[in-house]
Amino acid sequence: MKAELICAGFGGQGVLTIGKFIAKAGMKEGKNVSWLPSYGPEMRGGTANVSTVVSDEPIASPIVSFPDILVALNQPSIDKFGPSVRENGVLIINSNMCPHGCKRTDVQIISAPMSDIAAEIGSPMVLNMIAIGIIIGKTGLIKYETMEEDLTSFMKAKNPELLEKNLIAIKRGIELGKQ
Amino acid sequence: MSKILMKGNEAVAEAAIRSGCRLYFAYPITPQSELIEYMAKMMPKVGGCFLQAESEVSAINMVYGAAGSGKRVMTSSSSPGISLKMEGISYLAGAELPCVVVNVQRGGPGLGDIQPAQGDYFQATKGGGHGDYRTIVLAPNSVQEFADMASEAFDLADKYRTPVMILADGMLGQMMEPVEFKTPKTPEEMEELDKQHNSWCICPNEDGDKKHHHEINSLEIDPYVLEKHVNDLYAKYAVIEDKETRYETYNVSDDNEILCVAWGTSSRIVKSAINELKAEGKSIGLIRPITVWPYPTEAVKKAIGKKVKKVYVFELNTGQMLDDVKIAVEGKVPVDFWGKVGGIVFTPAEIKAKLEACFK
Amino acid sequence: MEIIAKRPESLTKTPFTYCPGCLHGVAHRLVAEAIEEFGLTNHMTGVAPVGCSVFAYKFFNFDMAQAAHGRAPAVATGMKRARPDMHVFTYQGDGDLAAIGTAEIVHAANRGEHISVFFVNNAIYGMTGGQMAPTTLPNMKTTTSPYGRNTDDIGHPIRVSELLATLVAPYYIERVSLLSPADILKAKKAVSKAIQYNKEGRGFTFVELISTCPTNWGIDPIKSRDWAKENMLPFFKVGCLRDKGEGVE
Repeated sequence: MKAELICAGFGGQGVLTIGKFIAKAGMKEGKNVSWLPSYGPEMRGGTANVSTVVSDEPIASPIVSFPDILVALNQPSIDKFGPSVRENGVLIINSNMCPHGCKRTDVQIISAPMSDIAAEIGSPMVLNMIAIGIIIGKTGLIKYETMEEDLTSFMKAKNPELLEKNLIAIKRGIELGKQ
Repeated sequence: MSKILMKGNEAVAEAAIRSGCRLYFAYPITPQSELIEYMAKMMPKVGGCFLQAESEVSAINMVYGAAGSGKRVMTSSSSPGISLKMEGISYLAGAELPCVVVNVQRGGPGLGDIQPAQGDYFQATKGGGHGDYRTIVLAPNSVQEFADMASEAFDLADKYRTPVMILADGMLGQMMEPVEFKTPKTPEEMEELDKQHNSWCICPNEDGDKKHHHEINSLEIDPYVLEKHVNDLYAKYAVIEDKETRYETYNVSDDNEILCVAWGTSSRIVKSAINELKAEGKSIGLIRPITVWPYPTEAVKKAIGKKVKKVYVFELNTGQMLDDVKIAVEGKVPVDFWGKVGGIVFTPAEIKAKLEACFK
Repeated sequence: MEIIAKRPESLTKTPFTYCPGCLHGVAHRLVAEAIEEFGLTNHMTGVAPVGCSVFAYKFFNFDMAQAAHGRAPAVATGMKRARPDMHVFTYQGDGDLAAIGTAEIVHAANRGEHISVFFVNNAIYGMTGGQMAPTTLPNMKTTTSPYGRNTDDIGHPIRVSELLATLVAPYYIERVSLLSPADILKAKKAVSKAIQYNKEGRGFTFVELISTCPTNWGIDPIKSRDWAKENMLPFFKVGCLRDKGEGVE
């Protein structure tokens, strides 16, 4: 098994964190993982993106040219990375920020108003957790339990309320992913 | 100890502290800033010294002072900053002082850009500053190896009283991978480290010996004395070449039709391409120098199997290691080169295409 | 027989390499005597610069480092941070400290680095053969200002002590001269104070010593002192600019 992910969006939307949580969970589940962010001026308000690889085999290259999964939190991310998603790959779109969507028909597209759902849950910060949930629901790349354990370990004492919202967000994402 | 997901920049810093490094002087520069930030956060917690210097030049000269005082000391930077440190590294080599310098390379020349590159190979492996000297250069290709090399670099620096460079790049610095750390030095080991150089370094004259006079110096005004000093340095370098050359072979066999040579980040990408071609039944080997100085010349020579029709060098520069490969190959088979510059990292697909073309 | 003067034990027996009439020997002696008087010989280390005093590492009889041009304060910083139990000083000339090493001295002073700096100012580059220094006086002729220092073109000399005295951290800054026996006695007090504060761990201490360069000025040693009194002292006024121990801020 080897899955290559690209998560992309505006700086501040938490795209790097999506990759980090996936990599961390993969590591905890005994997989080989790598996480390679874009960095520098690109991060400052522009489009941020991160390549994440989760694999049973040792990872030779951490660079993802043709992702199996693309998480696009804004339209520029679709425009930039959409064409390189592998055939039959998964394209997860935040429809609130992607007015034009993606025209490809050879990939599995999951489009959801993630910003609205996050607002509904009560915190715009949980948007990235919805995306992680969709990945779990659609691909089973990592387990929900691993995420819950990880989030609980550092959030429970500090901010139990936010932990709860995060877990709700992941679960909502899983439902969306399974549809 | 369980694995931690960590950036290369942070992992090498943590590993350096665990190796007994308690002095770190540096100046911020992308893409190595996480390293200096990690040191700023952690050094005070272990009773060490973190100092943000006024310049790269000052930082390396602080290293000179601390190394001359016999303590494990490190600095780090990225390409433009390493150029500034080169004067100091020449002095450190001349004065035979142990220290570790980390270069998280970016695109050049000049200010260049901040993306990963391997354009400092010449500078790192051929001396870099003025005069006749070499530094040991370790080139990691994973976050784990980046971290492991911190302790190895300090051990080599202390053993040979020479600066050791870890030549990484923006990708290894910025990338997170699982990493497992060695246990930190015990207080007893730290004590041993602290006095290991007391026979020559700047230290208190505890017993008031009137003859106690240690000089930390790279100046020899008498040409014959300087000649002897340089010859002694090169005798030391010959020992290093003999004993400390490191490399990795991957899929190297007598069936190889192509032998690839790549170092650092490039070698990972080449491995990816080799894996894919291997699945298609093609036999391609890779030799990866882990020390780029001393260079594994003999190992490259030996890795050329009977069926090899071409040696292919891949680097993120315009062919800087290429010269060393050609020296090793001795014209026996053609040596081809492909590289990317400007901070662009080639993809496995691009390397695969280059290698596939060799079979046509 | 009564011994009234002898070589301080903190100086080696290596003969000085300075020109006849040069005052570096006097300055070395003042520093060495002070170190000895405060009982620091076995816990003292110094940094030699690039310039005429490049061989200072051979002359002081304790551990010494030789630094790249201008970098002595950075090297001293590394030494002090590595061995806080050692006392560290640098000995630098005006080209080394006030031109190529400007950043290092300003920032070492600004950090309040616990080192002493002895800065010998003779308004010229001596070792390289009499070129213009950052402290060369207006209209003064040197090999690289053959028509005299043109201040419209190259600016005025830098008053380093005053410059450093704008910083908050330095504990002690004083300018003295070596131009007469009486001045040398005053200089000795300043050097001793710097070493005393160094011993007590007070902070950054800096003594500027106005000196001469008979060889490169082309003036004999005695007259060169008169020349310095007439020409240097009006611009580089002696006096204490900072002494936190005595309430001089």
